[in-house]
Parts: sequence; C-alpha cells; structure tokens
Amino acid sequence: MLEIKNMNVHFGVIHALKGISLTVNDGEIVTLIGANGAGKTTTLRTISGLKKPTDGEILLNGRDITHTTAQERVKMGISHAPEGRRVFSTMTVLENLELGAYLRKDKENIPKDLKMVYEHFPILYDRRKQAAGTLSGGEQQMLAIGRALMGRPQILFLDEPSMGLAPLLVQEIFSIIRNINSTGTTILLVEQNASMALQIAHRAYVLETGSITLSGTGAELMQSDDIRKAYLGG
Amino acid sequence: MEQLIQQVVNGISLGSIYALIALGYTMVYGIIKLINFAHGDIYMLGAYIGYFCMTTLHLGFLPSLLIAMVLCTLVGITIEKIAYKPLRNAARIAVLITAIGVSLFIEYGTMFFVGAGVRSYPAMTGLMVQKISLGSTVITMQQILIVAVTVVLMTILQFIVKKTRIGKAMRAVSLDNDAAQLMGINVDTTISFTFALGSALAGAAGILVGVYYNSINPLMGIMPGLKAFVAAVLGGIGIIPGAMIGGYLIGIVEVFVSGYGYSMYRDAVVFAILILILIIKPAGIMGRNTREKV
Repeated sequence: MLEIKNMNVHFGVIHALKGISLTVNDGEIVTLIGANGAGKTTTLRTISGLKKPTDGEILLNGRDITHTTAQERVKMGISHAPEGRRVFSTMTVLENLELGAYLRKDKENIPKDLKMVYEHFPILYDRRKQAAGTLSGGEQQMLAIGRALMGRPQILFLDEPSMGLAPLLVQEIFSIIRNINSTGTTILLVEQNASMALQIAHRAYVLETGSITLSGTGAELMQSDDIRKAYLGG
Repeated sequence: MEQLIQQVVNGISLGSIYALIALGYTMVYGIIKLINFAHGDIYMLGAYIGYFCMTTLHLGFLPSLLIAMVLCTLVGITIEKIAYKPLRNAARIAVLITAIGVSLFIEYGTMFFVGAGVRSYPAMTGLMVQKISLGSTVITMQQILIVAVTVVLMTILQFIVKKTRIGKAMRAVSLDNDAAQLMGINVDTTISFTFALGSALAGAAGILVGVYYNSINPLMGIMPGLKAFVAAVLGGIGIIPGAMIGGYLIGIVEVFVSGYGYSMYRDAVVFAILILILIIKPAGIMGRNTREKV
C-alpha cells in the first residue's frame, strides 16, 4: 500500500533522514521504533506532506505522491494522528471529529462513522459537547485517533499514542489500535514504547539517527538481543 | 447624568467603527500571527468607495455599503496574494515591515488618484437626518444606522465562524496550522478567506464613518487603524468577541475623554490603555495566558 524509497530529509544543514526505505502492506500494523530524535516523527510528517523530502519517492498504492500537498494526501486516504495529539483545544469534541471528515464528499455516511468512533471510544460520546482542551491526556489521545478515523483512511498514522499516558490507559489504547486494524485499516505506528508496539505489530523497523538499522516481524525483533538491550530494558 | 448617557450613546457609535476594524486585525492575527498594518487603509478605501458610489453614481446607502464591502474584499485578497503569501515562511518581522510598506503604498497611491484634500460625504436627507430625543439625550439616525449595521455584520460573522465549513476551517487553522493541514484543510484558501472577511468589515466601517463624520481623506485610516489595533489587543488579540468588546471600550473611553473637556488627550489615553494592558494583562481581557505546548 505504502512504499518509501530512499527518502532523504534535511532541516537546514541537518540531515535528519538518511535514505530510508520502508513498506507497509495492506492490512498490516507496521511500527517504527527508535530513540528520541531518531527521526520517527519526521518520517510520518514527510509522508503526510507537512515536510518536503530532499529526494526519494513516496508511493501510495503504486502512485507517486512525493510532490502532492498534504491536502491531496488526505483525499487519497492518509490520516495522521500527530505527536502530542494536537486537538483543536477550544473547539468541541464533536467539532474536532467533524473536522476529521472535512474533505469527505459522502456526508450521508458521516453519522455512521461518528457512531463507529464513539463505539471505539465511548468517553468521547459523553464529552462530545465539551471543549477538547478540557479533556485529559488520554481522552485527547482518543480524540486525536478518532478524528483521524473520521477521514475513513486507507492508512492511519499514529505518532506516539502512548505518550504521557498511565500504563492501564496505554493497554487500552493499544487494544483499540488492534481493533481498528482488525476492521481493515492499515496502520503505521510510531512508538517509543517498543515492547507494546512490537506486541501488536506485524512488522517493525528500527530507526537510529535517521537510518533504518533493523527490520523484521514484531516477534523477530522482540527476540533480537540488540533490541532487547536498547529498547526493551534488557 | 444626562450627559453621561449622551456620551455612552456617542461612544457606542464610535466603538462600533473601532470594533469592525478590530475584527479584521484580530482574525488575521489569529490565523497568520501578522499585525496587518495596512488594515486601516482598507477602511479608508471603503470610505472612498462609498463616497464615489454616493456622489458620482448617486447610489443610496445600502448599495454603496455593499459595493464598498465587495471591493474592499477584493483589495484585501489581492494584498494577501501579492504581498504576504510569498512571505509565508519568512521571518515575522519581514512580513510586518511589508505590511507597513503596503500601508504607505495604499495611502499615497490613493492620494495620487483622488488628491490629498479632504472630501465631504453628501448631506443626508429624509429619514437619515431624523433625531430621536429622550430627555436631553439625542440619538441621531446615523448613530442608529451605525449600530444596526454593526450588529447585523457581527451576527453574520459569528454565524460564518461558528457554523459554516470555512468558518470551522478558519478556527482550526488559527488553533493549529499543521493539524489543520492533516484534516485536509487548504490553509492558503482559508487565509485568503480571513483577509476577505476582515476587509469587508473594514470597508463597511469606512463608509459608516463617512456617513457619521462626513469628511474623509487618504490618511484617515492611520489613527483609527492604530486605535482598532489597541482595541484588538485590549480584548485579547486573536479572539473575535475580544475585538468587539475592545472596540466598544476604546470608543466609549475616547468619547468620554473628549466629552469631559480633555479632547487634546483622547489619543494619548487610548495608547496609555495599550501600555497598561500590556503591563497588567498582556493576553487581553478575554485572553488566557497561553500554555506551553508539550
């Protein structure tokens, strides 16, 4: 579904992504793990069109989208729940969710999808008239994911969905991610919480200072000594 | 007491003008963090367009108002496209300096075409010269007109911002540009639309002030522009209801200062308010102190 070939990204003189290549197949959960500053968020932002790559190719369903705008990519089925949630704080939960469906032409199906999001995240239904900024961190994360789902994505990017959440809530979010995937949405997941991410991922890539150093199935990487030492705490 | 009421009536009329201009400042600031110093000059253009509609074309007030708003909208969009859009990723100071340049360009460009002299709006006739007297308080028809037009425009604005798709896009872009792009919102279109709305309101303010004070000149936008800017900061820059409140407060304060015999100081008082608000509550009346983003 998604294929990145030899993508380079610079911030001024800083070479942030050094020729990375990765593939996400239909129906998979693929995770990108790595330390802080490795370039995980930059990878997602570049694929969503928020950051321009210096060179390389981004293919979605075989089509080159490297030079399209973020808006066009949303239209083509990429949804991105960004790092730090980035909900529209003074707008209500419902307005946030509606914005997730901003480009959709099939307005008649939106209520159905709202219902689907509320089924994944019942708390959002209770809070639908509340300003998003008044939600707790976990609820905001749910809103960010729900908002991304409202675009009916073919592929969903999740950037650090576990960040700043209590352990119990992390469990919950991950089980919801798995549910979302089982209903047919392909997921590219960026996480610092490597053990959780590897547990639910079909495949994984390890990003270190801008280069992909390892890849394999989730189970394989869980067994790898290097990974255990570096990311799983021994 | 009666004088007090009279001053409040006058203050609300003047405040309506400031509020209409302040809305444009605040919306543009909210969305691209630019103090658009050319905004006062759009108001001036609105006054001139209204003048030519009423004199050369012999149109009535309402058609003139609509034409002024439409033309100012076009001017606002054009300025944004030509002057500000190429600087989207430039340092903010570069855009600010450009705004001052645009302002001077409009002022002296207008002077080139219509001359530097003061022009007078045609005298009002019929219903428009009526007055309503309540005791010793006099409310003129022009004042009622100003307030009525302002209220209608603000209601329409609130509706657009709160209920429409493009209004929601505006709020989203002003809250978080990146996240808005991830929703598929076209940021450039949204910014253009914001300039359009602000310019339309400034154009309306221009023709209203022409009707109210009668005389217009190419530099008339400078001082009301600055005062409307103070109003926007006072209410909380970037916050739409804040601009309305700020506009009315500044209008009332100014009228009171002149009404009680200190008209020499009326501009100074407005800018003293700016200094005070920046010291006491920089976020403005409606503003919250912005939290650091995690």
